[in-house]
Amino acid sequence: MTRTLRRLVAFAAVPRSRLWLSVGLGALAVCFGVALMTAAGYLISRAAEHPPILALTTTIVAVRFFGLSRPIVRYLDRLVSHDLALRSLGRVRARFYARIEPLAPAQLEGYRRGDLLTRMVGDVDALQGLYLRGISPPLVALLAGAACVGATAAVLPAAAVILAAGLLAGGVAVPALAAALARSSGRRQAAARSELTADIVELLRGAPELVLFGREEDRLAAVRAADRELDRLARRDALVAGVADALAILVAGVTTAGVLAAAVSAHDTGALDRVLVATIALLALSSFEAVAPLPAAARELGGIVASGRRVLELADRSPAVSDPVDPLPAPRVPPTVSLEGVTARYGQEGEPVLADVDLTLAPGRRIGLVGPSGAGKTTVTNLLLRFLDPLEGRVAIAGRDARDYRQEDVRRVFGLAGQDAHLFDSTIRENLRLARPDATDRELGDVLDRVRLGEWVASLPDGLDTLVGEEGAEVSGGQRQRLVLARALLAGAPVLVLDEPTAHLDPATASALMDDVLAAAEDRTVLLITHRPEGLDRMDDVVTLEGGLVVEAA
Amino acid sequence: MRLLDPRLVDRGRAVRALFAADAALGVLAAFLVLAQAVLIARVAARGFGGASLADVTVPLGLLVAVVAGRAAAAWGFEVAGRRAAARVVSRLRIELVERRLRDRPAALDGAESAEVATAAVGGVDALETTFARYLPQAVLAVVVPVAVLALVASIDLVSAGVMLLTLPLVPVFMWLIGRYTERRARERWRALSLLATHFLDVVRGLPTLRAFNRGTAQARRIEEVSDEYRRATMGTLRVAFLSGAVLELAATLGIALVAVTVGVRLVEGGLGFEAALTILVLAPELYLPLRNLAAQFHASADGLAVAERLLDLADAPAAAARGTAAPPDPREAPIRLEGVSFAYPAREGVVLDGVDLELAPGERVALVGPSGGGKSTLASLVLGLAEPTAGRVTVGGADLARCDQVAWRKHIAWVPQRPTIFRGTLADNIRLGDPSAPDERVRAAAERVGSDAFVQALPDGYETVVGDGGRALSAGERQRIALARALLRDAPLVILDEPTANLDGENADLVAEAIEQLPHDRTVLLIAHRPELARIADRVVALVGGRVVEGAAAEAA
Repeated sequence: MTRTLRRLVAFAAVPRSRLWLSVGLGALAVCFGVALMTAAGYLISRAAEHPPILALTTTIVAVRFFGLSRPIVRYLDRLVSHDLALRSLGRVRARFYARIEPLAPAQLEGYRRGDLLTRMVGDVDALQGLYLRGISPPLVALLAGAACVGATAAVLPAAAVILAAGLLAGGVAVPALAAALARSSGRRQAAARSELTADIVELLRGAPELVLFGREEDRLAAVRAADRELDRLARRDALVAGVADALAILVAGVTTAGVLAAAVSAHDTGALDRVLVATIALLALSSFEAVAPLPAAARELGGIVASGRRVLELADRSPAVSDPVDPLPAPRVPPTVSLEGVTARYGQEGEPVLADVDLTLAPGRRIGLVGPSGAGKTTVTNLLLRFLDPLEGRVAIAGRDARDYRQEDVRRVFGLAGQDAHLFDSTIRENLRLARPDATDRELGDVLDRVRLGEWVASLPDGLDTLVGEEGAEVSGGQRQRLVLARALLAGAPVLVLDEPTAHLDPATASALMDDVLAAAEDRTVLLITHRPEGLDRMDDVVTLEGGLVVEAA
Repeated sequence: MRLLDPRLVDRGRAVRALFAADAALGVLAAFLVLAQAVLIARVAARGFGGASLADVTVPLGLLVAVVAGRAAAAWGFEVAGRRAAARVVSRLRIELVERRLRDRPAALDGAESAEVATAAVGGVDALETTFARYLPQAVLAVVVPVAVLALVASIDLVSAGVMLLTLPLVPVFMWLIGRYTERRARERWRALSLLATHFLDVVRGLPTLRAFNRGTAQARRIEEVSDEYRRATMGTLRVAFLSGAVLELAATLGIALVAVTVGVRLVEGGLGFEAALTILVLAPELYLPLRNLAAQFHASADGLAVAERLLDLADAPAAAARGTAAPPDPREAPIRLEGVSFAYPAREGVVLDGVDLELAPGERVALVGPSGGGKSTLASLVLGLAEPTAGRVTVGGADLARCDQVAWRKHIAWVPQRPTIFRGTLADNIRLGDPSAPDERVRAAAERVGSDAFVQALPDGYETVVGDGGRALSAGERQRIALARALLRDAPLVILDEPTANLDGENADLVAEAIEQLPHDRTVLLIAHRPELARIADRVVALVGGRVVEGAAAEAA
């Protein structure tokens, strides 16, 4: 856990100077609070000796100073620590992104499903608690606690020993217990919770069918049983949940009583001035502010470290595809592109997805690639764009191995309209410009006309500035596919790769779309990957892929 | 913000019991706070006066006992709060699920049902914070200051006056600054969550970014965007944290004021040492519960938001009708849609727009048309899963909305577009259509839709466990299981929503054949995306843009 923490701190690259500034301010705020009570205790004890009022002036000034400055220091502390948390979050995001960027998409296969991706991003965001929960509180507690113990030791070493023991118990043992209890009750409840969640999701999703078949009561009984089980566990775990917090109160109170006892007996033996009896008691009582945030922090830290571990696991993967040391110049366009005896698979083990596949895309030719789902069609796209390198054989571009070019130059050859092409939660303009950042509005209008979206975009009140929504939710399926195609055309690449461009469209729409695309493709090389018939009649060749093998090259 | 949604209180005996427990524990805790201060002051004052350790064993022992009492009270708050939270959420989720099933079975899509389930199960955590921490703190914030002031006043009226001077500053400043910044701070945090969404969007789009060589450019952009938000957020936090700072200033200034006035009056002999010390020890306790309350505010707001969301969902109006009349048998009575329109409450535009359609007994009608044309919605209305926004659905002249839905549903066998496979065995899943069907009939139904061979090939055959966590089924396999379910049902009205969408040619033909072989007195509503299925229908009706097109135009569509 400590190792992971240390690596996470390094990963977040929080600037050291800011970290110490923040920890220093946090410790100072605690110390000022303790000093306020201590000085006030001293003031009253000293006043009880009825000295001339002038003798109290310094103490009065000190009390006022701490009373006024403590909130200011606390305020600065909160600002600096939150600034630091936000800074480290920004860095973690950027660094995490930089690490996984070369992995996408082939090495993130298992993560492509939405919920996993969401969790992965959630894990990164959870790390914003790393500083506020994981690093700052223990350091602040250590510094401030040491200062309190030191101050007590200067007056009465015996009391300092008691205080140190109490702070250690409150700052180490109690948080450790709090974390352990939270963990074990979390573990106990986890199974019951996931069971219940699964039952409810199934019941709600299947609700129409259940009520229609009149079988809702059976399923409801299962939900009720799972709910009772979770309720039983939760009620039992409630008994231990408050134990750590109760112990924290107990430890602080008993320590104060102990310090008080030590002070009383020290004064009795003449080892301590009577003025300091109440003073160190108040110091001890207030010094527990230093360790107060630790139990809650310890409870949360477990989750943060678990998130961090998952983040690091991904970030540690090394990219399978890399640039050559001495790259060839970019291939001349339009190149011939071919797969030559290619065998490929994802990951280190397992069955190849493609076995000894040959496929040639000569300039200007239109090739259809068909086959049932799972036959390896999308792997062909991944190979062409060098998201994946072949295990055997090679991908050749203009007669040279694709691995000898820079990845960027390879990708410039292809305009991809992929099956899972992403529309970003931004404007139509930004989504298109991804393919060519310097494209003018006129060029955008032109390419939109070619995919027959020109009129539609012109009719929108915001035109090119219309937002497409999260994953293109604000546009229809057909418009979405057309936008993706427009983007691929705009890239100006010599080879157009269309991966299931008509998926999810009804036949009439699909057919119209294919007409438009093939017209817009002009003399470009086209690879049409599909499991549907639309457009295949206009291909020069159709290659059938099945079970990773080319079974038929017409 | 309200302390608690009254709807929550209405529902929970657990909540009312919690209120009682919290109030009792709060009074006890306040009493113990006072006792602790008095005892600390007593021991210190005796020590100041030269007492030995033996002289103070009784108050010291009492002090430890009081502290133990405070710890026990804190534990009690936690136990009562968590138990109440568990009870309330348990009750809410069962109520929610029951009402959903009864009132709006068809209104949830996949994403929403997952969200509801997560809130209903994980909601306890959020409510626990509210119940186990925020509520007790709220009780303490009321009881403790009153008790502290009362005790201080009984010792020394002047000190109580000094405390009273600063106390009203607290709520006033909280209100003044809190009211202004709360909203802005919330906006900022919302902006921050938007930023998180942006990050998710970029990560999701990574393959696309890389394909266009725009992958590396985004890393800098992410840091820039994060940094812009950080700067803007810090601007708001600078103001937002001020309210906390002012609250704390009132607290520390109050302690300092009390200490200085008490100290000066001690010198002048107007006050005893023990009394002065008691007042000083009590001074921080006056403000502490309030400050803790402010600190718990946000965490508890999450809990209440979850509870409110669950309550809103549970209280959503019913979509399905709940009549009592016995519905006529569709074998004899025609089903008519009369000027039926339908619009989803959350969506713009109408899905169905004045549809008139009759399904005569024994007739096979194919419903075709482009996606989004309203075909599945029309089926939902006939199924009684939703009510038309205008017009009515009748069976043999009787308004479906006035009929007993449970009785009506007994007349129907239905295969939805995306059938649900429930956790359980394949046989159980098929038996959903008829729980009492013997094994032979289950197998016969599977055979008719071409499933028997693939089921037999499985090691466990019909006893194979499927659904979440079980063996995964392909879309085509799921569809055929659902078809077998419908065939087993043997109901007079059969509604099939794209039954062959995920099947290859051979299996699609088999399914078409099975539909064709249904007994002739069955009324069949067949929704088809593609025209192949339409040929087994007596009549083809097209639904385009929520309107009905029949005859030649339908064939064309």
